[in-house]
Amino acid sequence: MASQKKTKHANSLVVNLVLLLLVVIWTIPTLGIFVSSFRNRDDIASSAWWKVFPHKAWQTVAELDVKELGLNPDEVMTIEGVSGTFDEFREGVATPDGKQITWIGNKRLGRIEVQEEVWTVMWDFTLDNYRQVVGGQDFEFTRPDGTVEVVPGDNMLGAFLNSLTVSIPATVIPILIAAFAAYAFAWMKFPGRRPLFIMVVALLVVPLQIALVPILRDYKTLDLNGTYLAIWLAHTGFGLPLATYLLFNYISTLPRDILESAFIDGASHFTVFTRLIIPLSVPALASFAIFQFLWVWNDYLVALIFLGGNPELELVTQRMAAIVGSRGSEWHLLTAGAFVSMLLPLAVFFGLQRYFVRGLLAGSVKG
Amino acid sequence: MNLPQDERNDEQALGASLLSLIGRTLIAISIPIIAFYVLYQGFIFLRDSKAPAGIIAIVAIIWGVGGVGILFWVFNNLVELLPDLWRGRLLPFVFVGPAIAIMSWYLTIPTLRTFWISLFGRNGPEDGLNFIQLLGSDNFVGLSNYAAVFTDSLMREAFRNNLMWIAFGSTLSVAFGLIIAVLADRSKFEKTAKSLIFLPMAISFVGASVIWNFIYEYRPAGQVQIGLLNAIVTSLGNQPRAWAQWVDISPWNNLFLIVIVIWLQAGFAMVLFSAALKGIPEELLEAGRIDGATELQIFFRIMIPYIQGTLISVWTTVVIFTLKIFDVVWVMTGGQFGTHVIATQFYRQSFTNRNSGYGSAIAIVLLIAVIPVMFYNLKQFREQDAF
Repeated sequence: MASQKKTKHANSLVVNLVLLLLVVIWTIPTLGIFVSSFRNRDDIASSAWWKVFPHKAWQTVAELDVKELGLNPDEVMTIEGVSGTFDEFREGVATPDGKQITWIGNKRLGRIEVQEEVWTVMWDFTLDNYRQVVGGQDFEFTRPDGTVEVVPGDNMLGAFLNSLTVSIPATVIPILIAAFAAYAFAWMKFPGRRPLFIMVVALLVVPLQIALVPILRDYKTLDLNGTYLAIWLAHTGFGLPLATYLLFNYISTLPRDILESAFIDGASHFTVFTRLIIPLSVPALASFAIFQFLWVWNDYLVALIFLGGNPELELVTQRMAAIVGSRGSEWHLLTAGAFVSMLLPLAVFFGLQRYFVRGLLAGSVKG
Repeated sequence: MNLPQDERNDEQALGASLLSLIGRTLIAISIPIIAFYVLYQGFIFLRDSKAPAGIIAIVAIIWGVGGVGILFWVFNNLVELLPDLWRGRLLPFVFVGPAIAIMSWYLTIPTLRTFWISLFGRNGPEDGLNFIQLLGSDNFVGLSNYAAVFTDSLMREAFRNNLMWIAFGSTLSVAFGLIIAVLADRSKFEKTAKSLIFLPMAISFVGASVIWNFIYEYRPAGQVQIGLLNAIVTSLGNQPRAWAQWVDISPWNNLFLIVIVIWLQAGFAMVLFSAALKGIPEELLEAGRIDGATELQIFFRIMIPYIQGTLISVWTTVVIFTLKIFDVVWVMTGGQFGTHVIATQFYRQSFTNRNSGYGSAIAIVLLIAVIPVMFYNLKQFREQDAF
C-alpha cells in the first residue's frame, strides 16, 4: 500500500510539473505583450521585455580618462591590472575580481568604464503608450534628452466605440430572432418544420466566404455598404444557424407540463414565449450571447469586407491590423493597442467563463 | 353518401390551404422586409448625421435592437386578431419566418448564387440579360475557373498549405487539448491551469498575430534581440531569423503561423475533453487499475475509446476552423513567403484582383471541402430522432 501511495505521489508531482510547464508556455506570449505595453518606448526597442524580471547586468562603477592614464591605443595596454589590445578592450576585458573594463568610443576620443555585474530590474513603467494609442489627438512624446516629438494618436477609443456599436446589436438581434425560431421548432406544429430544421443543421458548417460576393452585390444595390446595419445583418445571418440550433436544443428540453398548464390558463404563444420560455432559457441565451459577442468583437474578415469602405466606422481589429501594416515595428503602440483590443473580451471571458464553457459543451460548430 | 358535400369541403380545404400558404409566405417575407426598411431609413439618417460618435452609437443600438423586437410584437398582434384556425396556421411563421428568411438570404441562396457567379469571368454575370442570353454571353466561361483553381501555382501552394494546417494545426490542437485535459484532471490546480490555457480563446486572431509577431521579432545578428524566440536561438549560438518570412525552409515556415492557431485552439479542445473525461465512470478506471493496467494502457484502452464521440466532433470542428483560416495569415504575412491558404486566395482574387468569377470558384471549393462534415452532422441528427 505504502509503495503504491508513493508512486501516486511521484506521479502527481510529474503531472503538476508538466502541467506547469505547459501553462507557462501558454501564458508567456500574453505576458510579454502585457508587460511591454507598460514599458517606455525606448526601453521596448532597446531591451527585451523579460528584463523587468531580476537579472544580472553590467553597471558602470567608475570612469577613467584615457589621457590621464597616458594610454596608447595602438599597443597593448594595461588598465586596472589587466592588459589587452584596443579591440579587446572594445569588447570588454574581465578582471580577476569579476569586473569588466570596457573602452567606450573611438581611439582618440574614448573613455574607459569599469563595470560591475549586479542584480537589477528594469522597472521604468509608464502609461504613455496607452495614452498615445487610445486618444485621437496628437500626442507629445518627451525623449529622455528633453526634446519633444509630436506623434498622431491612434484613436483606439473611437474604434472601441465602433466595435461596441457593432457587437451589441449583432449579438442581441440574432438571439432574439433565433429564440423565436427555436420556440417554434420546439413547441409548434407547422408544415415544413422538419426540412427547415434540416436546413439549419446543414448551414451550421457552411463557410461564410460563400456569401461574401453575392451579399456585397446586394449591399451595393441597396446602398448599404459601410453602415452599421450592413454588418449587423451580416453577423445575424452568419450567426443564426448556430443560435437557432443551440437554443432549440435547450428550449426543447424544458418540461412540457409548465407550458401546457399555461395554455390551459388561456395564455397565447407570445405570452408563453416572453413570460415563460425567455426567463427559463437565460443560461442558454447567455452562453450563446458570450459566444456571439466574442466572435463579432474578434471578427476581422466580415468587417474588412462590409465596413472596409468607411474609415469612420473602423473597428478595433481593423485598427490593429492597420497599425501592424503601417508601423509593425513600433512595439509600444502594438502592445498597448493589442491589450486595449483584448480588454473587453477578457473581461467577458473571466466574468462569464461558466456560461461560456456551457455554450461550448452544448456543441457549437460555427460556419 | 354526400359526395357533393365532401367535394365542396375539399374545395374549401384546398382554397383555405392555398390562402394560408400565401399568408405564411407573406408573413415570413414581410417581417424582415419591413424591419429592414425601417432600420434602413434610420441608418441612412444616422450615417448622414453629424452627431458625436457616442450618441450615434447609443441611438444605433437602441434603434436596431428595439426595432426588431417591436416588429415581432406588431406581427404577433396582427395574427392574434385573426380567427382561431388562421391564427394557428400563421402564428408559427411569425415566429420562425424571420430566421428562415435571413438564413436563406445570407447563406442558402448565396451558395447557389456564388456557384452561378463562378461560371462567369471577371465581372460575373452581366445585369439585364436573361438566362439564355447569359449562357451565350462572352462572359460565360463554364467550368474553366475551376480548371484554373486546380492548376494555378498559387492555388496549389494554398492547397498544400491548407493540408499542412489540417495535418499539423488541427491534430496538434486536439493532441495538446487532450494531454492538458488528462493532466489537469489529476492536478490540484485544475481550475487555474484550465483558465490560463483557455484564455487565448478570448483573443482575436489579429491580437494573437501581434502577440506572436512580438515573439518572432527579428533584429540583425549582433543587435539586442527583443523577440523571445530569436533571443533563445542566439543565446544558443545560432543565427537570428525572421521566422514566418523564412523562405529558405518553405513550406515549413508555415509552421510558425500554425503554432499561433494551436495556441488559440488547444483550450477549446481541452474544455470539451475535460467534460468528456469527467463522464467516464470511476469504477471503469478503478477496474482497469486493479487488473494491473498501466496509466498509459488506461489512457489508450479505456479513456480514448470512451470519449471517441467527443474526439471526432472536436477534431471536425477544428478541421473546419483551420480550413477557413484567414486572419492570422493575412495579418502576419499577407500570404507572401509561400504562406497563402485557400481563404487568403479567395480574398485576394475576389476583393483585391476583383475577379469575382475566380474568387467564387474558390469559395465553392471551400464549400465542397466541408460537405462531408455536413453529411456527418445530418446523419447524427437523423439518428438522434429528437424531431
